[in-house]
Amino acid sequence: MTAVLASSTPTDPRRRPPLEVSFSRLGRSFGTSSDRRVVLRDVTVDIRPGEVLAILGTSGCGKSTLLRAAAGLDTPDAGSVLIDGTEVRGIDERCAVAFQEPRLLPWHTLQANVAIGLPKSSSASAGKAKVAELLKLVGLDRFAKHRPREVSGGMAQRASLARALARTPGVLLLDEPFGALDALTRLKMQDLLLEIHAAQPTTVLLVTHDVDEALQLADRILVLGSSGDGPGSTVKDLIPVPGARPRDRSSRELAELRRHLLTLLGVAAH
Amino acid sequence: MTAPTTVAAPRSRNRGSGSARRVRGALLGLIVPSLLLGAWQLSSVTGTFSAVQLPPPGAVAAAGAELLERGELGVHLGISTQRVLLGFAAGAALGLTAGAVLGLSRTADALLGPTIGAVRAVPSLAWVPLLILWIGINEDSKVTLILIGAFFPVFTTVSLALRHVDRNLVEAGRAFGLTGFRLLTTVQLPAIIPAVFSGLRLALAQSWLFLVAAELIAASMGLGWLLSDSQNNGRVDRIFLAIVLLALLGKTTDALLGLAQRWAVRRWA
Repeated sequence: MTAVLASSTPTDPRRRPPLEVSFSRLGRSFGTSSDRRVVLRDVTVDIRPGEVLAILGTSGCGKSTLLRAAAGLDTPDAGSVLIDGTEVRGIDERCAVAFQEPRLLPWHTLQANVAIGLPKSSSASAGKAKVAELLKLVGLDRFAKHRPREVSGGMAQRASLARALARTPGVLLLDEPFGALDALTRLKMQDLLLEIHAAQPTTVLLVTHDVDEALQLADRILVLGSSGDGPGSTVKDLIPVPGARPRDRSSRELAELRRHLLTLLGVAAH
Repeated sequence: MTAPTTVAAPRSRNRGSGSARRVRGALLGLIVPSLLLGAWQLSSVTGTFSAVQLPPPGAVAAAGAELLERGELGVHLGISTQRVLLGFAAGAALGLTAGAVLGLSRTADALLGPTIGAVRAVPSLAWVPLLILWIGINEDSKVTLILIGAFFPVFTTVSLALRHVDRNLVEAGRAFGLTGFRLLTTVQLPAIIPAVFSGLRLALAQSWLFLVAAELIAASMGLGWLLSDSQNNGRVDRIFLAIVLLALLGKTTDALLGLAQRWAVRRWA
């Protein structure tokens, strides 16, 4: 855990503290009984409150399915997800999701889109203040009245992040949120995520296929993939990432870890 | 949804020439009606058709002026417009409601879809005897017939469009705790605004159609009644008058709805 995280105190008394997430023997298959495809099998992992966990794996290995189970957008057919000790059943108030696409409502301003993330209980004035604060945090305060189509992809994605943060989530679920952005914007967004995490500590589950992104952002990296002789993906490795953030992208330690991760993903590290 | 890359809305670039283009479009649209009017006048002057078959435009205008002076034209126009607007409003509201229910719920669609489809297949005039028997020859039966006519276009377009709302947007809405009615009004309904207006415009056209059907059969005033009464009295000039007025009223109401559509599409799309 980073020092800045430990020292920051929540300014908002209603803010949820970071919550623990546990996947317990989670399994998920798709398709009919005759044509059944196992995607996830026997996934067990505990994520500490406030931890940033990167979920890494090849395309189609079930990363998003695992995240969707935590969000309550999908129901596993075996095992369970526990958040703060209670099982996730349906859409969970304690979580907030940012998707790979911004998924903003095109007929609303960025401001109104962020406001959709506000918890139901929040009052109008407090909500308005919160939205303004978040837009400032993601650097969009000057674009509050713009429509999504009037801003760049990176800005839309920042608005999407702000919408998720408006929920004051105990768990922030990020499904390849920077995957569709250009390389430079992606690096900036990674730094922004670290800033946000420092300012508003929360447990983060980050699905990514980008090894460097995982190394830069995560406390631990969960590698999903086929293992043993069973069908579908399961936990292949769970690796702590050394060093405090922000990390030197070219450090020797990380280079070795990168090689290890790429090998796990079936890519030659040369 | 595609990722937008430009900071400026591309639409604003053309705004300066927009109004000029609209005026030009309106003028272009007037060419064919003017030609038709000229051909009409010419054929009556040259005597291609007898005045009984095709009264000259002047005679039709005179018939209109006469009815207007006697205060009858206003009554016909008023009552017909009132019937259309009432029937259209009620039919559109019911169509929107039923379309939302069947478009969102697979169960409701399976339960009610075939029945509504069968009712839709019944030709409009087949309802007339029943409506007269049940409701009587009065305003209610006419408005009900128009309601039936306005209901189906709205119902069909809304229920179909709701099935094709961007699933990603709906899922995002659900992920942020929107369900049921709030999800409908926040995400699904705004997403299908263009389709709703297409349905409304079809419904409005149907409303005028069903109005004439209702008034031809059982009425003592209204443009449809003017048609049938003039047919019985051999007043071809008034028949033409009624037809021209129906065309003008139908086009005017559709144009007003078109304006609302343009505003709504700009607001919601």
